[in-house]
Amino acid sequence: MKNVLLFVVMGVLLILVGTMQSWNVALAILNMCLISAVMALGVNIQWGYAGLFNAGVMGFTALGGLAAIVVSVAPVPAAWDAGGARAILGLLAGLATIVGGIWLWKKLPVSRTARIWLTALLAASGYGLMRLILDPAVDAIEAVEPAMTGFLGGFGLPIMFSWIVGGIFAAIVAWAIGKVALGLRSDYLAIATLGISEIIIYFLKNEDWLTRGVKNVNGLPRPVPYEIDLQGALWFHDVAAWVGIPVVEASSLIVKLNYVVLFLVVLIAIFWLSERALRSPWGRMMRAIRDNEIAAGAMGKNVTGRHLQVFVLGSAVIGIAGAMLATLDGQFTPASYQPLRFTFLVWVMVIVGGSGNNLGSILGGFVIWFFWIEAEPIGLALMNFVTSGMAIDSPLRLHLLENAAHTRLMTMGLILLLVLRFSPRGLIPEVKR
Amino acid sequence: MTYLAGEGMSGGYGGVDILHQCSIGVDKGEVAVVVGPNGAGKSTAMKAVFGMLELRQGRVTMDGQDISHLKPEQRVQLGMGFVPQSANVFTSMTVEENLEMGAFIRRDDISDTLSGVYELFPVLREKRRQLAGELSGGQRQQVAVGRALMTQPKVLMLDEPTAGVSPMVMDELFDRIIEIARTGIAILMVEQNARQALSIADRGYVLVQGRNRYTDTGAALLANIEVRKAFLGG
Amino acid sequence: MLIDLLNALALIGNFVLVPGIAYGSQLALGALGVTMVYAVLRFSNFAHGETMSFGAMVTILVTWVLQARGFGLGPLPTALLALPIGMIVTIGLCLGTDRLVYRYYREKKAVPVTYLIVSVGVLFFLSGLIRFIIGPKDQVFADGQRFIMKARAFKEMTGLDQGLAIKTSQGITVITAVMIVALLFWFLNRTRTGKSMRAYSDNEDLALLSGINPERVVMITWIITGALAAIAGTLYGLDKGYKPFTYLGLVLPIFASAIVGGVGNPLGAIAGGFVIAFSELLVTFAYKRVVGYLTPGDWVPDGLVQLLSTDYKLAVSFFILVIVLLIKPTGIFSGKTL
Repeated sequence: MKNVLLFVVMGVLLILVGTMQSWNVALAILNMCLISAVMALGVNIQWGYAGLFNAGVMGFTALGGLAAIVVSVAPVPAAWDAGGARAILGLLAGLATIVGGIWLWKKLPVSRTARIWLTALLAASGYGLMRLILDPAVDAIEAVEPAMTGFLGGFGLPIMFSWIVGGIFAAIVAWAIGKVALGLRSDYLAIATLGISEIIIYFLKNEDWLTRGVKNVNGLPRPVPYEIDLQGALWFHDVAAWVGIPVVEASSLIVKLNYVVLFLVVLIAIFWLSERALRSPWGRMMRAIRDNEIAAGAMGKNVTGRHLQVFVLGSAVIGIAGAMLATLDGQFTPASYQPLRFTFLVWVMVIVGGSGNNLGSILGGFVIWFFWIEAEPIGLALMNFVTSGMAIDSPLRLHLLENAAHTRLMTMGLILLLVLRFSPRGLIPEVKR
Repeated sequence: MTYLAGEGMSGGYGGVDILHQCSIGVDKGEVAVVVGPNGAGKSTAMKAVFGMLELRQGRVTMDGQDISHLKPEQRVQLGMGFVPQSANVFTSMTVEENLEMGAFIRRDDISDTLSGVYELFPVLREKRRQLAGELSGGQRQQVAVGRALMTQPKVLMLDEPTAGVSPMVMDELFDRIIEIARTGIAILMVEQNARQALSIADRGYVLVQGRNRYTDTGAALLANIEVRKAFLGG
Repeated sequence: MLIDLLNALALIGNFVLVPGIAYGSQLALGALGVTMVYAVLRFSNFAHGETMSFGAMVTILVTWVLQARGFGLGPLPTALLALPIGMIVTIGLCLGTDRLVYRYYREKKAVPVTYLIVSVGVLFFLSGLIRFIIGPKDQVFADGQRFIMKARAFKEMTGLDQGLAIKTSQGITVITAVMIVALLFWFLNRTRTGKSMRAYSDNEDLALLSGINPERVVMITWIITGALAAIAGTLYGLDKGYKPFTYLGLVLPIFASAIVGGVGNPLGAIAGGFVIAFSELLVTFAYKRVVGYLTPGDWVPDGLVQLLSTDYKLAVSFFILVIVLLIKPTGIFSGKTL
């Protein structure tokens, strides 16, 4: 079967990296591949099931990272005392404003102009009220030991809970965005999701009282052992000696393997659920809507409602992946979420892997992430070869070597364009049922 | 020999044929009307003559030349004018701009033709700076016909020109169509309002399920009892 | 009292009005490019930001060559001399991309989302290409006189406490924008070709019937868009400095401008550009001192009196976009929607 072969090839490539570079590198790549695969699955749910273009993958991923902090970091009592309760009150005021505004908009039996003005008035005063309550609280919280904390902290729960919570955060935001932007032209959803993800990132970078902003949150608790602990354990020394690997390297490998197992479990679970959903009556209806939206609408199917379901589910999966990512990194760095890196790369994964096909998206996640990472050393090697004939310090050579990394972007763009043109169904095409 | 003729046309939009050996045609200065029940293939037949349909069988000739292989844009160059049933004006452009666009393929001075159209449809001169999208249904139809006339066509084809207009506007429109025919232009028209259309027709075609059922002069068809019973409500 | 009012006005002028007009012009030019592609080719070109960056890059490279050879334009930036070449090369890029990439999908009559994804591929490629050619760092290329009106000179002239500065780049932006817009509108409304483009955008089938050549219309659209992108990109770079990745961040405000104004409508693009620009500035402006001037006595409020912190500028375009999508998706001037 062609699919099995493709995955085997992928495995061989990873083994090659393991032998030629290092096993640590190979496992690190594998972990990221697994996370990328989950993300690609989420995007494919939206694209393959409903033809929705989500340009804000980065934002939903970041929400997963936020969940990782909120769930797992220990609470900072001093900060809570300083302004925690007041901050919550402020947020509630904001929420009440939004809910009140929506109620006003939908239920109040006045003319359209009056509604616009009243809602605007409510929004403005509600926002003012929220700021009034929130600002002093935020200042107080951020004043608490800014170098070490300066934020509220989290709930101190095991970090793996955050994987679900990340999904929930993402689902909530996706629901809000979907309500606004679905039912309009597909381009509008793209722009709206692009916008919301940029705002989410800004929010995470700036609301230090929640996330420490660009000071980052380091040292997130782990679901797997620490290398240090392993290195200190006598039984581990014995095992390492028996296998024949130095202790330090062995500890690192074991930790990574642990992650591999965890991520694999999540990936398989989500994949299995997605496939079940696809083959169910619900999945068939989704695909019918995607293939002929007008006919489906004429038959009385609530197209926008279904799209919303799919959008929320797909975003939830992306959120889960985001939480997994933060867990793997062990830290939360808002600045690392860049649009090129996440959103568009994941799209390349889905398209190249096989849009509309879950297995294809997983493969795409593996393949594209692999090439994205390996493109840098390969590109450098290539550039070295190309410039080998030039003088050592020629400005052209230096410039080429310095910017070799950017050929990655060019290559990715080229791959996407070529696949879209010549093989739009991807490596593992959608199976028409 | 008929100036414009579609002979023995068979074809459709996909695998299934809509037209079966259908023949329609019109001479210079004549008004030819194609009527029939819904789904009879009337619009399809005219679109086939215009070149918007792949003909499996049959051919289209104009002034003796076989033009079956020409694309619609090329037939426009030869002197065919086509007024679609819907979306037949540029709604975001003014009346005058619509008429200018109608004459797009012409490189010579169009002011004479323009004033001719304004004489034919005086209300358009009044509203020439208004956006076509803001006009009433009947006025829009006038813009649509005027647009097609700007190329000084030898043949004018109209797809249900009175669809959705009031009876008074319909009468006026038919009057204009007769005037146009008097200038020597051949008029081929598909119509839903069979009775009124046949009353101005020099020749009439009754199509049923893509085939010719009756062909005669308009007056004769109106007098024909069978035709009356079947299509004109007795 | 009058002095306080004038000071407040000068403050607003310096931090809101002048930058707003300049930024609004830049957004308007960018939005015009996007809206024209949308009107004629009927898709959202996500790669437009990078096209602007490309145009700026070529202009910068040529500017450096000119500067190295001692060419200059006196008080005006040398980049203006280089701009025509930047425009030509960018037009070439747009035409080439259309021929190699987009035309295939036109022939296949692909759905709009496909074009969107394709434009993302182009975006990726251009991003890498630009960084590869010029590197990812800040590039300085503005020269000539920096200010038309310096803050200090203003204070001396008027005797006010608050200064009002107008940078040369801002002045050039506005003048160029006005010229370009006038030219574009003349072209669209008074020439046969321009009208044929409007007709094609309005009703494609009818335009084809009228003998309008679609490929010619497409080609002219790309020419105009490429030129606009080069101009907008260069002006923005002159004003705010050139760094390749900033242009990706402009995609959202530019699209917001186009949609808010009514996508597909050139007038809308301009109006939208200014709406977005001024909203961003007004919402993130610190009104502290203005309030201080307008209230009697010496009282000055404690906080900055900012509606949203400056980092949230992007959020403003987004909120306006959301509001427009909720209330009137066709935008101010009713462009095309579904």
